[in-house]
Amino acid sequence: MNFDELFGNFPTLTITGLEQGAIYALVALGYTLVYGVLRLINFAHSEVFMVGTFATLWTWQFLGYDQNSAAPAFGPLLVAIIAGLLVAAAASALTAVTVELVAYRPLRRRNAPPLAFLITAIGASFVLAESFGIGTERAPFGMPTLIPQETLFTVFGAGVTNLQMLILGITLVMMVGLDQFVNRSRLGRGIRAVAQDADTAALMGVNKNRVILLVFVLGGIMAGVGALLWDVRYGFTKFNIGFLLGLKAFAAAVLGGIGNLRGALLGGLLLGLAENYAAGLFGGEWKDFTGFVLLIVLLMFRPTGLLGESLGRARA
Amino acid sequence: MRQKLARVLGGVAISALVISGAAACKADSGNEGGGSSAACDLKIGFFGPLTGDAAGLGIHMRNGTKLAIDQYNKDNADCKVNLQEYDSQGDPAKAPALAQQAVGDNKVVGIIGPAFSGESEVADPIFDEAGLPIITPSATRPSLSTKGWKIFHRGVGNDTSQGPAAGRYIKNVLKADKVYVVDDQSAYGAGLVDEVKKVLGTVAGEDKIQVKQTNFSAVVTKIVSSGATTLFFGGYYTEAGLLLKQLKGAGWKGTMVAGDGVNDANFIKVAGQQVAEGTILTCPCAPATAAKGSFVSDYKAAFDNAEPGTYADVSYDITKIFLEGIKDGKSTRSDLLNFVNGYNKAGGATGVTYKFESNGELDPAQVIVWAFKVNAGKVVPDIEIPKA
Repeated sequence: MNFDELFGNFPTLTITGLEQGAIYALVALGYTLVYGVLRLINFAHSEVFMVGTFATLWTWQFLGYDQNSAAPAFGPLLVAIIAGLLVAAAASALTAVTVELVAYRPLRRRNAPPLAFLITAIGASFVLAESFGIGTERAPFGMPTLIPQETLFTVFGAGVTNLQMLILGITLVMMVGLDQFVNRSRLGRGIRAVAQDADTAALMGVNKNRVILLVFVLGGIMAGVGALLWDVRYGFTKFNIGFLLGLKAFAAAVLGGIGNLRGALLGGLLLGLAENYAAGLFGGEWKDFTGFVLLIVLLMFRPTGLLGESLGRARA
Repeated sequence: MRQKLARVLGGVAISALVISGAAACKADSGNEGGGSSAACDLKIGFFGPLTGDAAGLGIHMRNGTKLAIDQYNKDNADCKVNLQEYDSQGDPAKAPALAQQAVGDNKVVGIIGPAFSGESEVADPIFDEAGLPIITPSATRPSLSTKGWKIFHRGVGNDTSQGPAAGRYIKNVLKADKVYVVDDQSAYGAGLVDEVKKVLGTVAGEDKIQVKQTNFSAVVTKIVSSGATTLFFGGYYTEAGLLLKQLKGAGWKGTMVAGDGVNDANFIKVAGQQVAEGTILTCPCAPATAAKGSFVSDYKAAFDNAEPGTYADVSYDITKIFLEGIKDGKSTRSDLLNFVNGYNKAGGATGVTYKFESNGELDPAQVIVWAFKVNAGKVVPDIEIPKA
């Protein structure tokens, strides 16, 4: 154990951990939303994220950037970021909806048992990942550094960069927006109603299938935003990038309480922090190990996660 | 009761599969044994990553092998040799099944590869059991030659030559005193870092990452705060590119040094040109772009004007060893194995004299280590690292 490493770099590890946790949180939202409404773990969600990273990559390539491009001026940069964001969100949402229409809805119509959904979810995940793997020859793709990192200010000796502020800022805005949407809007009320009791909601005139579709679209958009932030920060993608990240995001969702939107944020940030601290304390090889041990220990004491499953129990 | 029934049925199904598989194998070998003794239509296998994270390395080797076979077939149009590709994706988990496949095909008399050390560790015992001779152009983990595999041959030096040479380069050429070492916990990467550490003595710090890891913020924090001016990375190019990109993004100004697993143009593709610039890459081989004879021009003509990459020339030469044996009438695995064991001739492209010791290692006198440098977006030869 290396306490010097942990305490010496504590502020920096905290900030980079939060930054990674923010991306986990955005992806975790997709798992949580779908679970809250359908009681289904959408394992294909990791590929929804992966499609988003590729959509951004191709948008940037279309705009004339490659991995060797220099950072553009503010105007073109804004265009590249916004175009990347829109395309990634659209592509991810479309992927999520496709998975729902192809892999889940037909089964629902036939009242398939929950296990069947699990298998189609894993199947859809494999099909998406492998088709991208074959299409891209499983090659890794580098992306341009559109926004070079600059230290904006220092907290306890740790430099906080513009990218970290951007990632945390966008994540918070998206989270608050989604939370308000689900809790205050008419469509959001529909989501909560179906999550509580799908049959009663249907009797009250809520179109269940439309609500479910909406949930997949929302989850897809969040994953798309996460994908853009990933591309801006890490500048890299490949066909199986979603696998480990998706698993972590799922863990984050369970950690915070699956079905709970605020729990996804909390779980994501916590997991990001725990991993970074563990890497500092025990060395990089213990990073993934610690995240999941944390999850298991926490679930022993709070089986429903930190904040519990709220989407289904919230007030109408 | 039902559960029990399911178990029994499952057991029956599995044993039926096993039995039918064995029967199929027997039938195959029976047919081959009764065939003629002509050494035509034999196959040479190429075993390495052709897709996946490290495919860039494998493709150049495959191309070297393919070039040698194509040239042979042009001269021996009436009795050709075929290339059989086994795409391992560089993944030790995929290697055993592919090795079984190669062993099961009686036309395959020799294997070029496996390209990486991790996959070698699981595939080579299978080749050994079947007596199928292999020559690897690039698996450099030293311990591979100590396992007593009779079929093993290594056409290049191993990491006990590459690692110390990389260490000497860091010490004598870069004159770096604060060196951080990181490995990817693979058979190759961890072994290489061990060898480098032996030369450097104390290091500024060390850490491990995982293959397929993408977020390196913790290790980046450690490297930056350690004040190291040089990073030695043991692993392959995808992780190396990502790590360096995040490291330079965090404001690190030092130099990365890495081994042959990073020595590929794809490293620059992942990291980006500005980030990769100045990186030092070693290889227990001479620059393929400066290979002897007509190799470079032949390679460019055959493969869309591509520059031959790391180990392309080695693969070409060692494939020719097999081809020479086949031409000589060595049409069985054991004959070819004896032929390779007794071989002692210089390769046309590398100029290296291929003569193997009893454990399959290349004659130490023939081992050279070069340092390469990323310059203006290309990997160019720097210097041959002097022997200690």
